[in-house]
Amino acid sequence: MFAAGETVRVKDAWPEAAGPVHIRTPHYVRGVTGEVVRRLGAFANPEDLAFGRPAERIALYHVRFQKGAIWPEAKPDDELLIEIFEHWLERP
Amino acid sequence: MNVTEADALRLLAAVRRLLDEKGIVSSAEVEARMAATDAASPGQGATMVARAWVDPDYRALMLEDGTKAAEEMGIMMRGMPPLGVLENTADVHHLVVCTLCSCYPRAVLGYPPFWYKSAAFRARAVRDPRALLAAEWRTVIADTVKVRVVDSTADYRWMVLPMRPAGTEGWDEVRLAAIVREGDMIGVTVPAV
Repeated sequence: MFAAGETVRVKDAWPEAAGPVHIRTPHYVRGVTGEVVRRLGAFANPEDLAFGRPAERIALYHVRFQKGAIWPEAKPDDELLIEIFEHWLERP
Repeated sequence: MNVTEADALRLLAAVRRLLDEKGIVSSAEVEARMAATDAASPGQGATMVARAWVDPDYRALMLEDGTKAAEEMGIMMRGMPPLGVLENTADVHHLVVCTLCSCYPRAVLGYPPFWYKSAAFRARAVRDPRALLAAEWRTVIADTVKVRVVDSTADYRWMVLPMRPAGTEGWDEVRLAAIVREGDMIGVTVPAV
């Protein structure tokens, strides 16, 4: 459970390297630190849903990232706002 | 029979008949959904934007719960993903993209424009949104305004509440709705008069 305003890091995980997966966490944000804006609710885990497996409901957060943390040439205070499932987030 | 090689229309008819027979989804429900999907258009989102511009309570509801705000305007939201609305201000401009596929607020804006699903739009929107907007839409975002790109990656669908342009003082909702375009509600353009 993460609170609004909390600093979080997206796991630097690459499960697609091990076999077929369906992941809703964009590549470019893996391993990047951001800030929780709010909890959007809880939704069936798409990683199971996509394969017709029983899917647990997992908390979904809106997480804000500074563009400069991802692309050095970006205007540093521009932002990305992305929906990230709880099991992809960790405390840095 | 190999279903991957079956004629698509025959397969669709067979699946619909099975759904009906098993009491999962009736033919009438499918027809209603098809009608609502085909009827959805940017005009629906525009009526929400115009209402939000003249009614502060509606604006607050829209930013708090986009699904409820859409339903209040008579838009069919049952069975659709939850709708979130992000407000453009003098300090921040939102741009909506789905880098993983093509998530789009179809319930309130209808079918997405053809370029929305292109790999080029998706890549450029997250990487260099200011140059993308300036080059393709002549939308220049001032340096003093933060660009916040909303990558629609999961279960929500996002639309933008644009800023009401100057020169529209005293206009009624119908007149205001007429100037709100599809692009204004995903942030590639801004309303102007």
